[in-house]
Amino acid sequence: MESLVSLKGVFAGYSPQKSVLRNIDFEVVPNDFIGIIGPNGGGKSTLLKVILGLLQPQKGSLHYKWGDNNLHHIGYLPQVNTIDKVFPIKVLDVVLSGLMGKKQFLSRYTHKDKNRAIELLDFVGLQNFATKPIGQLSGGQMQRVFLCRAIINNPALLILDEPNTYVDKHFEAELYELLNKLNEEMAILLVSHDIGTISSIVKTIACVNENLHYHKTNKISPELLKTYNCPIELITHGHVPHRVLHNH
Amino acid sequence: MQNLLDLFQYSFFTNALLAGVLTSIVAGIAGTYIVARKIVFISGGITHASFGGIGLGYFLGINPFLGAAVFAIMAALGIEWTTSKANVREDSAIAMLWSLGMAIGIIFVFLTPGYAPNLMSFLFGNILTVSVQDILIMAVLALFVVAGIVVFYRPVLYMAFDEEYAKTSGLNVKILKYITSVFIALTIVMSIRIAGIILVLSLFTIPQAIAGIFTHDFKRMIYISVLFAFMGIMIGLIGSYYFNLPSGAIIIFTLISMWAILKSVVWLKNFRHQVV
Repeated sequence: MESLVSLKGVFAGYSPQKSVLRNIDFEVVPNDFIGIIGPNGGGKSTLLKVILGLLQPQKGSLHYKWGDNNLHHIGYLPQVNTIDKVFPIKVLDVVLSGLMGKKQFLSRYTHKDKNRAIELLDFVGLQNFATKPIGQLSGGQMQRVFLCRAIINNPALLILDEPNTYVDKHFEAELYELLNKLNEEMAILLVSHDIGTISSIVKTIACVNENLHYHKTNKISPELLKTYNCPIELITHGHVPHRVLHNH
Repeated sequence: MQNLLDLFQYSFFTNALLAGVLTSIVAGIAGTYIVARKIVFISGGITHASFGGIGLGYFLGINPFLGAAVFAIMAALGIEWTTSKANVREDSAIAMLWSLGMAIGIIFVFLTPGYAPNLMSFLFGNILTVSVQDILIMAVLALFVVAGIVVFYRPVLYMAFDEEYAKTSGLNVKILKYITSVFIALTIVMSIRIAGIILVLSLFTIPQAIAGIFTHDFKRMIYISVLFAFMGIMIGLIGSYYFNLPSGAIIIFTLISMWAILKSVVWLKNFRHQVV
């Protein structure tokens, strides 16, 4: 299958002397659902930045199926804490901003665009918030709005950075159900520190700790992680959940 | 009332009125962007750096505002450039530019033979001395600013809201940021005529603070800011004429009073609502 994004021998980092990521080979094909795990500072965010085109690799090659200048094929849900919460903007406008890559400067939003945005807000249970300023929403609600923004464009690849940080337990199950459904149409990359959750919904796992180790399964065990030098926060999180350890 | 109408017979007053309209428009638009993006301090740096250009203009015998515009643009681009590179603390860089501009300005003013008669009006502004030529320049700039925000409304809004996301959707954030910086620099320099270097930033922030009482929508914030900026400038203009006080100071005083009154009204309303 033709890959959507492929990285070959990629080195990346923020100063020329030091690379956060070293010699990364990574490939995303359609309908992938890859969980990205790894210790803090191991390079998860750096990997996302490279894929999103925010950070030029120091070495190695990066190829998109759609060419270099059409990043709107990627939907992106950033971590909510990077967002300015008092910015004067309405929820609906935030969702519609997901269409920015496709729209020309002067072309107005069509009724279809707006209806689609409201449909999505409806789907995440925020239909009554469309005209509210973003600052009036809770962290979890905001995250749902940003999810709408990320998918309104029907991207080929959806990238989620810690999507369940603020989401309440009630919505979490719905979120994963939604992601499963979206996965039928698009590949998904999901970064999370919550290994228990991640292994129950993703298909495969990539562990990023300077290097990248790709596991063609969603089952992880402490032994496996140790072998791959992937010191995630197993100790603070207690044992890896039972259902994950067992072979199906 | 008759007295007030008589004022329109004087060309200085109609000039001031036109300058007031044009300044409210550009300050309303640029100020909303400045406040929303939280770059008030950057704008302060640009404003004060421009004093270097005013001093140089004096010294060379050219229009001080031309010098101010050049210095302001250089400062704006300089700040944008240094902050895009890592390892430079943005606020420190701004503080250095801020004082460097003022230092250069005052050195050139001292080096210039004779007395600098308009120095006070550069520092505190004087809307009553606006010339027809000034108004023409203001009108051209206002035209560009309005056209710019109409055409680029969404890219500007989305970049200001979430720069990183804007980049991921393929928007050329770098170029857009440089362009908006240049426009902000020019807008500030133009408004120095009205409120002076020391007071000008209030024209870009107080109307927005007032608008923030009524709305949390970027576009509406622009409209309301323009309206209140204009009201503040007009009341300040008339007040300064009658009381023979500096216009810039009266304008700021009027704007802050309006903000305080409206804020207390809203506060009292909420308070009563809670009690009842």
